[in-house]
Amino acid sequence: MTSQNIVQFDGPTILKAENVAVYYGDKQVLRDVMLSVPTHKITALIGPSGSGKSTLLRCFNRMNDLIRGARVEGQVTYHDQDLYDPEVDPVEVRRRIGMVFQKPNPFPKSIYENITWGARINGYRGTMDELVERSLRRAALWDEVKDRLHENALSLSGGQQQRLCIARAIAIEPEVILMDEPASALDPIATLKIEELMHELKENYTILIVTHNMQQAARVSDYTAMMMLTEDRNSATVIEFGKTQAIFTHPRDRRTEDYITGRIG
Amino acid sequence: MPRQHFDEELRKLQEHLIRLAGLVESAIGRSIEALKNQDVDLARQVIADDDTIDASQYAIEEEALTLIATQQPLARDLRAISAVISIASELERMGDYAEGIAEITIRGAKEPLLKPLIDVPRMAEMAQRMLHLALDAYMQQDVEAARKLSQADTEVDGLTSQVQDELLSYMLRDPRNVERAMHLIFVAHNLERIADRATNIGERVVFMVTGEIIDLND
Amino acid sequence: MSLRDAAFESMLQRRQLRGMIFEAIAFLAILIGLLTLALLFYDIITSGVERLSWDFLTSFPSRRASRAGILSALAGSVFLVSLMSIFAFPIGIGAAIYLEEYAPRGWLTDLIQVNIANLAGVPSIIYGLLGLGIFARLAEPITGGRTLLAGALTMALLVMPVVIIAAREAIRSVPSEIRLAALGLGATRWQMIRGHVLPYALPGILTGTILAISRALGETAPLITLGALTYVPFVPDGLRSQFTVLPIQIFNWVTRPQEAFHTNAAAAIIVLLAILLSMNALAIYLRYRFEKRLMK
Repeated sequence: MTSQNIVQFDGPTILKAENVAVYYGDKQVLRDVMLSVPTHKITALIGPSGSGKSTLLRCFNRMNDLIRGARVEGQVTYHDQDLYDPEVDPVEVRRRIGMVFQKPNPFPKSIYENITWGARINGYRGTMDELVERSLRRAALWDEVKDRLHENALSLSGGQQQRLCIARAIAIEPEVILMDEPASALDPIATLKIEELMHELKENYTILIVTHNMQQAARVSDYTAMMMLTEDRNSATVIEFGKTQAIFTHPRDRRTEDYITGRIG
Repeated sequence: MPRQHFDEELRKLQEHLIRLAGLVESAIGRSIEALKNQDVDLARQVIADDDTIDASQYAIEEEALTLIATQQPLARDLRAISAVISIASELERMGDYAEGIAEITIRGAKEPLLKPLIDVPRMAEMAQRMLHLALDAYMQQDVEAARKLSQADTEVDGLTSQVQDELLSYMLRDPRNVERAMHLIFVAHNLERIADRATNIGERVVFMVTGEIIDLND
Repeated sequence: MSLRDAAFESMLQRRQLRGMIFEAIAFLAILIGLLTLALLFYDIITSGVERLSWDFLTSFPSRRASRAGILSALAGSVFLVSLMSIFAFPIGIGAAIYLEEYAPRGWLTDLIQVNIANLAGVPSIIYGLLGLGIFARLAEPITGGRTLLAGALTMALLVMPVVIIAAREAIRSVPSEIRLAALGLGATRWQMIRGHVLPYALPGILTGTILAISRALGETAPLITLGALTYVPFVPDGLRSQFTVLPIQIFNWVTRPQEAFHTNAAAAIIVLLAILLSMNALAIYLRYRFEKRLMK
């Protein structure tokens, strides 16, 4: 039941979900999801609580594998390769498709080690000092921490911690960064810094972000996918996808309109 | 989940817009009335009242901006507010055209009218009817009604060129007619512009309801 | 509206009074506990302290109370506990890691979990009987019978549930965000455990193991069942050596009729208490230091 409101993006896409369904045990939480994620763009997933935004996000780096009883059906592809092919090791997937979480979660180690750990386990052969500086610069954090690289990451402010997590994710050179409400635990200024950073990052990375904050989706994203529970209220799907500017000025689906104008959800 | 506070504010804003439309409508009617009867006092009144129209437009714009700043409306709410701002500005311009007609009345009052006015009041009537139609379409959110404005606008355009041709022939016949004929040509032009702006309001209504941008002016 | 309301205030007073009564009862409860403990300490220390000396620590037991010492018991305790640690901790922590990180959730895992919790509550004498049956008799060709090795293995069984439970608690307390962060960076499960879960859980695991050692140090019953000797005038010289431990030595002296041996027992109790308290202090200190390193 793909709706006519899902405009397939006609440029290069990097991730694609086709007829994806997700079950947690017997309960179906997602159904018939169709979504193409445009390369080097920011795509936002919006929708009310329980509409499966995070679940869909986690399909793209096989984080759902970690949830007991979770099952993914349909096709999820990365550069046209099936991410759920039995030959594919999820570890390989996560190296290419990084993730930033809702709550800043740096390792309780030094700032320096936070950056180098991921690179080291993935067999990075290069100068660690350079890697640390490059990653922190890209995450717009270098100037704030360059004199305290060996202090514990937990001594940073929440916003800095989250940018460190972004630096940690890009240190292993992924192509895609999945962000699960990356600013929901931050104050408005720290939030704006993350948003600014996202604009800079999209030059080199493709970003898929889940957000509850519609203003944020409107501010940062190029494309927006609206998710919602289906009529029977048992499972959710993507009901509309299109350019952000179009979604936020004249959505085609009545439910999208009601949601973004604050009439439901 | 309704948004009562926002909806209430939006309703108030729309009421203010309708009140502004009332002022503009009356200004158009009185300006033609003054022209027909060469009533300088009434014309002065129309000119003085234009300040109220301007002030009212500014007030509406400010209210609308406050709503945007404080409520962050999106989608149809955003379009509704954007429609209010544009329509208020169209109305204000219509008020200016009425003011222009009143000024012509004052300037031409020393001499009698070139000819008894027949087509000009008809144009005025049509322009006023179009404004009515546009406001009805706005209040009912009626896209079909808004689209009908295009047709009415074509009629007004036709009438305008007819009036202008006629006045041109007056000028060619006797150069002494030129000034008075020019005055009437300006009046016709202003009325034609008023009709255009009513059509613009129709376009805004369509955008507000559907999110589509259309051109009703051709 | 006036803030003060007479009817409400009288009710409020009654509500406050109830709170104060409860506070007094709770205070009394802790007071009784502390007083008893203080009394016990006072009694032991006053009756045993005069007997404490370097000689007491470095002499073997003797039939004459004034010449008897605790060297063999102290050495036995230290050797036993060290040997037990070598067996119990790797296995216990390994089991905890498996149960927390790898075991599939299901009825079998649940059953194992419930049983481990139950085992922690089994009276220690049962372990003694088990040790006697398996390590001292069945495995005699290896252990050599009622030896240090058999004792250590028995004690290892005894403390294993405690170690597993403590280690599991510690592993479980590692925030899931840290696990997800590691896995999200493309870590394998083992890299995640080695790099983040174990370092983070280490203070908790250490505390658990130290408490397990404390428990083992104080145990008497299983070793008596196993057949640890009460009179051992030598320091154990190998895994298959016979041995005794401090609590058994104390038990032995307490059962003697002579008053002088009772003084010896009190002095030995002071030594045992000192060891136990310093082990606990070490546990607290380690926990504090690791947590500080982790958090700041």
